[in-house]
Amino acid sequence: MVPTLYGRIQTRSVLLAVVGGLWTLIITPLLPTGESLGSSYRTTYAVLLAVLVLGVLWEFLYHFLQQFRWEKDWPTFFGLLTMINEGLLLWLLIKAGAVPGVGTVPLSAYLIQFVSTWLVVWLVANGPVQVFFVRWRFRGGRFW
Amino acid sequence: MVARAGIPIIDTRFVTVGGGIGSFVTVDYLRIYGVPASDITVLTQLETPWSSYEYLTRVSQIPRGERLRSDSKSTPDNIWGFPSYAVREALAAKSVKDFVRPLWNVMTEPILSDYYTPRAGQAFESMEREHDRIGYPQCVRKGQVRMIRRRKEGGYFTILTPPVGATPTRRLAYRSPYVHVAIGYPGLKLLPDLQRYREYYRDPSKVVNAYEPHEHVYQQLALRPGTVVIRGGGIVASRVLQRLIDDRDRLGLQTQIVHVFRTYVTGAHGPSIFMRRKGGDGWAYQGFNYPKSVWGGQLKAKIRGLEGEERAEAYKLMGGTNTPVRKLWQSQLARGRAEGWYRTVVGEVTELRPGRGNQGVVSLLKTQQGPVELYSDFVIDCTGLEADIREHRVLADLMDHSGAGRNPVGRLDVDRNFEVIGTRSQPGKMYASGSATLGGYFPGVDTFLGLQIAAQEICDDLAKLGFCQRFGVLASTKQWWHWARHRKI
Repeated sequence: MVPTLYGRIQTRSVLLAVVGGLWTLIITPLLPTGESLGSSYRTTYAVLLAVLVLGVLWEFLYHFLQQFRWEKDWPTFFGLLTMINEGLLLWLLIKAGAVPGVGTVPLSAYLIQFVSTWLVVWLVANGPVQVFFVRWRFRGGRFW
Repeated sequence: MVARAGIPIIDTRFVTVGGGIGSFVTVDYLRIYGVPASDITVLTQLETPWSSYEYLTRVSQIPRGERLRSDSKSTPDNIWGFPSYAVREALAAKSVKDFVRPLWNVMTEPILSDYYTPRAGQAFESMEREHDRIGYPQCVRKGQVRMIRRRKEGGYFTILTPPVGATPTRRLAYRSPYVHVAIGYPGLKLLPDLQRYREYYRDPSKVVNAYEPHEHVYQQLALRPGTVVIRGGGIVASRVLQRLIDDRDRLGLQTQIVHVFRTYVTGAHGPSIFMRRKGGDGWAYQGFNYPKSVWGGQLKAKIRGLEGEERAEAYKLMGGTNTPVRKLWQSQLARGRAEGWYRTVVGEVTELRPGRGNQGVVSLLKTQQGPVELYSDFVIDCTGLEADIREHRVLADLMDHSGAGRNPVGRLDVDRNFEVIGTRSQPGKMYASGSATLGGYFPGVDTFLGLQIAAQEICDDLAKLGFCQRFGVLASTKQWWHWARHRKI
């Protein structure tokens, strides 16, 4: 990918909201949360929102790091690696009770939701999104 | 005036001049945007859109089985870039290993692997499939374009000389509101010392340009040991070196290689830590012709806003001869250095002359250590200089008679929407893309993806003028589905 800062933020927001939103809808009933379905949905969507909000902040750091690259690109592989730092930070924040709307969450449920959502969004960003938005890749990831 | 001259007039809506990959991708976009094939005319001398490109890649040592220097998503047969070449290569694999390899490569590039690049054959075959799908042959009219002139009433005349005997008259005039010029490289240019040698000694066989057929060099080296001087530090030099070394290994040859660098890059270079390109052993390293973000990211956005000197400066900074880092090339050259059959010389060649008894060639070099004489059996020029745009008669005519001008880099000046600045003929418009327009608001025009970006801008502009429909999310999705099902349009 060759994102611009604004393109990063738009891509992150739109894909997490739409693709991540749909995926969360599908996967939540299958997660080992130990809670009722309604309460599980409240938690998973709160986690998704936290990934989005924190992610926008992360994007500023990634954009800064990208400046050290001659190509000013963001290799596909980095899109996978960043799952580790983001997932870890969010888990620590959840444990610290710092994420609004999220109480106690079993690690297994968190891992399944976070990793699978990340992979689905990453896969969509690396190809299928271009089918719907043919200019997206020429605009540094901006939809509008 | 045209009618009085006895030239038959043929009406059409859109003419594209050139008929190479630039014309092809533009027609592909137009057809996908809903323009009927009957409204489009391609004027060309080429057999197929890829024939000229294939010729150049083949002689410069990229036959169909070798890999191009092009990104996985730069797919001239598919405007969406999905599925990419890597995905398609994986899906066509016959073993698990061949399935995993391209996917792993593209997923880990350029960190754990070299950049994925498609085989030339894959690009040509997929283009042929798309060419058939969109009915491209229906649009083609063969012949040589002489000139494009503005009409007083608006729009343009494109004057074509068809093949002898193909038509009752020697000229045909295509009248259209819209014209697109994609004539490719105006021509090759040899370095001055090579040109002098060729003209003075009338010897085209020992001093060759890599973009000319030069198979005889490899054949003669296979018959008896010899020394080759390579000039240039770009991708073509890398490919020619690979061929020489592959032959050396495969046939057990004793070929000695002397590589002349005019500028020897010793390591990472650039004006600041935010603008440093990798390099070493003489080469400047870069994955593709330009830093990757010129095709859609930060650099595309930045250069779109630069004018004049500033733009020329940006081009200079990103440009310069460079080649990709490929593990195979790195290991071949490391072996050559260790075993002593590949060595580099830094300097500027001032003169070439035949060796004693007319055997081989002597290169006279100016180096920091003083003058040096190099004897070799062959000199292969891999510098890839391009001729001035004036060398092409259509472009020269556009500048002399239709108001076209030069951009800060000296090529044809086009706007952000690829309209040729100064040639407007209301309500018509003239566009240009490809190598002749290098130096504009969008770098990378002379690449697969660059041609597509240009075509997209042109079609979006034409949609604003009402020539075709606007291409939104629904139309895009529907057309992609047609593409995926290989449904003819």
